[in-house]
Amino acid sequence: MSKLKNITEITEEARQEAEREGRRDFLFRLAGLTIGGVFVNILGSGLLRGEAEGADDVTPTPASGRQGQVTNLPPKGYNWEDHLYAYLIDTTKCIGCGMCVRACKNENDVPDGFYRTWIEEYLIATNDHGDFDVQVFSPNGGLFGFQASQSPLAVSKGFFVPKMCNHCDNTPCTQVCPVGASYQTKDGVVLVDKEQCIGCGYCIQACPYGSRFLDPVSHTASKCTWCYHRITRGLRPACVAACPTGTRVFGDLKRTDDPVLVALSKTRVQVLQPNLLTKPRCYYVGLDLEVR
Amino acid sequence: MPILVPEHTGFLFPNDLHVSWSLMIVMYPYITGLVAGAFIVSSLYHVFGSERFAPVGRLSLGASFCFLIFATAPLLNHLGHPERAFNIMITPNFRSAMAGFGILYNTYMLILALEIWFVWRQDIILIARHSRGIKRQFYKLLALGVYDISAEALAHDRKATRILASIGIPAACALHGYVGFLFGALKSNPWWSTPLMPIVFLFSAVVSGIAALIIMYMISMKITGRSISDECVDGLSKMLWAFLIVTLTLEILEIVTLAYEAAEEWQIISSLLFSKLSLEYVGLQMMMGGFVPLILLAIIVLMSPTPPIRNTLALISSLLLLVQVFAMRWNVVIGGQLFSKSLRGFRDGYQPSFFEREGVLAAVLILLAPFAATLVFARVLPLFDYIDKQAQTRRPGPGEQQVPLTSE
Repeated sequence: MSKLKNITEITEEARQEAEREGRRDFLFRLAGLTIGGVFVNILGSGLLRGEAEGADDVTPTPASGRQGQVTNLPPKGYNWEDHLYAYLIDTTKCIGCGMCVRACKNENDVPDGFYRTWIEEYLIATNDHGDFDVQVFSPNGGLFGFQASQSPLAVSKGFFVPKMCNHCDNTPCTQVCPVGASYQTKDGVVLVDKEQCIGCGYCIQACPYGSRFLDPVSHTASKCTWCYHRITRGLRPACVAACPTGTRVFGDLKRTDDPVLVALSKTRVQVLQPNLLTKPRCYYVGLDLEVR
Repeated sequence: MPILVPEHTGFLFPNDLHVSWSLMIVMYPYITGLVAGAFIVSSLYHVFGSERFAPVGRLSLGASFCFLIFATAPLLNHLGHPERAFNIMITPNFRSAMAGFGILYNTYMLILALEIWFVWRQDIILIARHSRGIKRQFYKLLALGVYDISAEALAHDRKATRILASIGIPAACALHGYVGFLFGALKSNPWWSTPLMPIVFLFSAVVSGIAALIIMYMISMKITGRSISDECVDGLSKMLWAFLIVTLTLEILEIVTLAYEAAEEWQIISSLLFSKLSLEYVGLQMMMGGFVPLILLAIIVLMSPTPPIRNTLALISSLLLLVQVFAMRWNVVIGGQLFSKSLRGFRDGYQPSFFEREGVLAAVLILLAPFAATLVFARVLPLFDYIDKQAQTRRPGPGEQQVPLTSE
């Protein structure tokens, strides 16, 4: 019988793994966090760039290829039948630092004003009618973190929800793509072939989560790839690697000891907008009914 | 490094700040609707033999063809990679509704082109016989090597026309119903996601098509100094009234159902329609574009006014209805992107600028192009003259020889 772990332990393990993987980077990032403001951004992005360049033997240039060749392709010998990726977000741990958003922007060269991942802040107060007053913020997608709350509500409950492409199994975005440029890989990732995409924008309309956008430079649909260029080389997505609290956990459901697999089998999890039956492979812990 | 964020209220998913389907995607169903509407009128004459529509029988076919040619223009102007447009036909993903576009469009284009050929075949041959040089060669080319205009052949033409027109009706419905389906089948957007969408699109398409025909017919008669057929305008007005009643009923039913269900989405849709789009929806689509023409057309149908009054009422109603249908397309396409899929916030409107690629100027040019094309069409294939009558009464002029055509 496998030992029972709760989600905190699991994500704690993930964090420890992150530390082992790059303790120096991790500590630097934590130090960066304490400095705050724009300085964090400069330091953080510098470090993350450094990480990508430092690991050049295994890590290709950013996936968007804006600064180099297009490299979403997995390495030679990679068998996508051997993997089935999944993602777990424990919202109870998110502190809204924005490291993930910055890491994603740097790793994938995401254009300004568009987001492959973002963080939403929910501030909720109960009102006289026994109902909730809700305010939601995501200033610049949380790229620069969040200011202290200026909400006029007597907030009784507040939390952050990181969001991204849910890499749905039954995804409406690949269904509507007229040319098959949006597709699902066998290892469970939804990707866009930007050499094939005609830029019609139908997938952007079809995604219920607002995860897609039309890249203003390439004029093709763009979205989170779970850093396919990294995960197929045994690395974790940039956002997971950058998360200082273990909110974001990346896993491979074909590994028996996988933290996400264990969490899915032992913990109560949710997905976003389950009524749409898109079957997301991005699972959440601690979602509130106000989160769509 | 400040990032420019469009004005908005409430919470929008950060990627929802952008309207990715622009004015061009409003133009696309609008022009396709005109195609379908005009074609259905032509079918009334060619299939059901309603003689009162004979004066617009050819105009409706010609206009439908010209609108169809330009139906792809807004799409091409919208695509991020128009040079890859043919991928829709080369590497279609048949799970996508949009992949049906190539098939539907080409099928319909083929039916329409064939029908036009059969309808105008006699004219083409007669014009070729009465002309020389390049013109003669051009019309000979159009005749496709068939020069038989015996009574038997013409009867065969009429039969072929009738068959093509009757296939064309479901094809036109499919082409436009498909456009509605593109929106109606998206579960991501509660303002679009309704099985009524293709039907509403189809009926409003017929309304816009008839309205455009009335206007084009009246202008053509004015320009060419012909008299307007009372019966024809009367018939078109009645048909317009009937289709308008169905269209408005469907449009209102959709809202009433949503309001009565009062599910999650009604909150955002009601603020969209009655606050964000109060001018475009309540003002243009419902009041000025909907109820005013409904009353004006009712006057024509119920009170049988004198021809000048009836023509004026029909013209005004038609102009208003062109605005109504445009407003409907706008409210669907743009309206559906003004609120975020978070259902918690709105963009502060969308104003295309004048000169941008997908801006107002481009839209106006694309809308005018089919009308200009209809003028060219009329120069090549007469819309109102029946050339056979002319040919029978007219003797060849000096230097003109009536030379029998052979398939040489």
